Amino acid sequence: MGDIDQKIMNKVIKIAKKKETNFPESYIDDIAEAYVRRELTDKELETLITKVKKAYERSKVESGEAIGTVAAQSVGEPGTQMTMNTFHYAGVVELNVTLGLPRLIEIVDARKTISTPTMAIYFDEDHRFDDEFVKKTASTIAKITINDVLDDFHVDYGQMNVEIVIGPEKVKEKHLEFDDIILDIEKSFKKHTIDIDNTKITIAPKLDKRNKSGIQIRDIRLLADKIRDLQISGVKDVIRVIIRKDEEWVLHTEGSNLKSVLKMEGIDQVRTTTNHIHEIYTVLGIEAARNAIIKEALNTLEEQGLSVDIRHIMLVADMMTADGTVKSIGRHGISGTKSSVLARAAFEETGKHLLNASIRGEVDKLTGIIENIIIGQPIPLGTGSVSIMMKK
Amino acid sequence: MKKDILKHELVPEHNILSESDKKRVFKDLDCNQNQLPKIKITDPVVNAIDAKEGDVLQIKRKSDTAGTFITYRLVES
Repeated sequence: MGDIDQKIMNKVIKIAKKKETNFPESYIDDIAEAYVRRELTDKELETLITKVKKAYERSKVESGEAIGTVAAQSVGEPGTQMTMNTFHYAGVVELNVTLGLPRLIEIVDARKTISTPTMAIYFDEDHRFDDEFVKKTASTIAKITINDVLDDFHVDYGQMNVEIVIGPEKVKEKHLEFDDIILDIEKSFKKHTIDIDNTKITIAPKLDKRNKSGIQIRDIRLLADKIRDLQISGVKDVIRVIIRKDEEWVLHTEGSNLKSVLKMEGIDQVRTTTNHIHEIYTVLGIEAARNAIIKEALNTLEEQGLSVDIRHIMLVADMMTADGTVKSIGRHGISGTKSSVLARAAFEETGKHLLNASIRGEVDKLTGIIENIIIGQPIPLGTGSVSIMMKK
Repeated sequence: MKKDILKHELVPEHNILSESDKKRVFKDLDCNQNQLPKIKITDPVVNAIDAKEGDVLQIKRKSDTAGTFITYRLVES
């Protein structure tokens, strides 16, 4: 579309309306495109629309069709062909990302913690090709601990303190300020005595109620570890940043924190994304999560060379996001929270569901498939979905 | 700041329906509002467009199969 005249579009829409069709937008585009390319006459256009309408109506899913079952089979069968576990790259060789079956299970289970969260960070128009800015941003995103800027590190068991020497060159290299580091240390070790002598910092635990019998060696060791691991710069949860240039600069990260990154300056707030669906849900909302599920599931399948119709995946995503939260498929999600007791009992944890239902006095309306199979009635599917209504 | 997320490519256009639009939509779809998919009142997009509980949001999804697809969600707590 786009290059097709709006006048032609309106004409197609008008005729389509006259023929009482309710074509989706993509059909209108395709018809308009064919009309221009084939140089159709108005009469031919009308015939085309009539024919398309017929084909469209024929290809619609009938009511009562078991689309859920078909979707399950259509995703399940290619799933058997997927490699059990592939640790692979996602366009970036240095970066490992879970793919294949484990990733698909992760998506469908709506995990809150995923095994390899990663972000793709893009830059806005002003900074897309600004090498210096990109490098600087990359260094502010990546996690930097005290350990990365140390020149010397010494645990003194005689004096019962920890002595660190910060290297000014290392600080400069990482685009940091020496004073900020001192401030961070002072803030994090308020309960300790801190002695600063130029770049040499000595930190010792104070005697208080808890350790009035004297400071133990263990305390010093723990303190040493804590100092080295103190994060002085970077976004929380982002462990590593890889800078790549294709057509423009892109940052790939190990670890993900979309919320903080989107707030940063110079970041493209349109395209910057993560593979962590739960994070997308909390930052961008349920509709974005739905889109992310579709995108991630489809990419995982495509990467393995499998093609599943997007409609099946859209159905799965719609079910997962129907109640406003991202629900998993399975015991704690869609199958486990069905309204029918018998359907739940047939799936997993039979005893638990039947017991709880009997305690609460739950009623099963027998409107679903599984319940009706259990008690031996015709199921409400296809031709079974019609029933008789009494005339008043 | 809170409106920034609406620009993101993963976020489709959300609009709050007026009362008269609501009536028309429910008549067209032949359903009531409790049958619609839900969206939580705590959802960042609901917050960004200042929707209230009980509002119906019209969502214009970009779809690979249909071009643009219009759907609705009910704001609930």
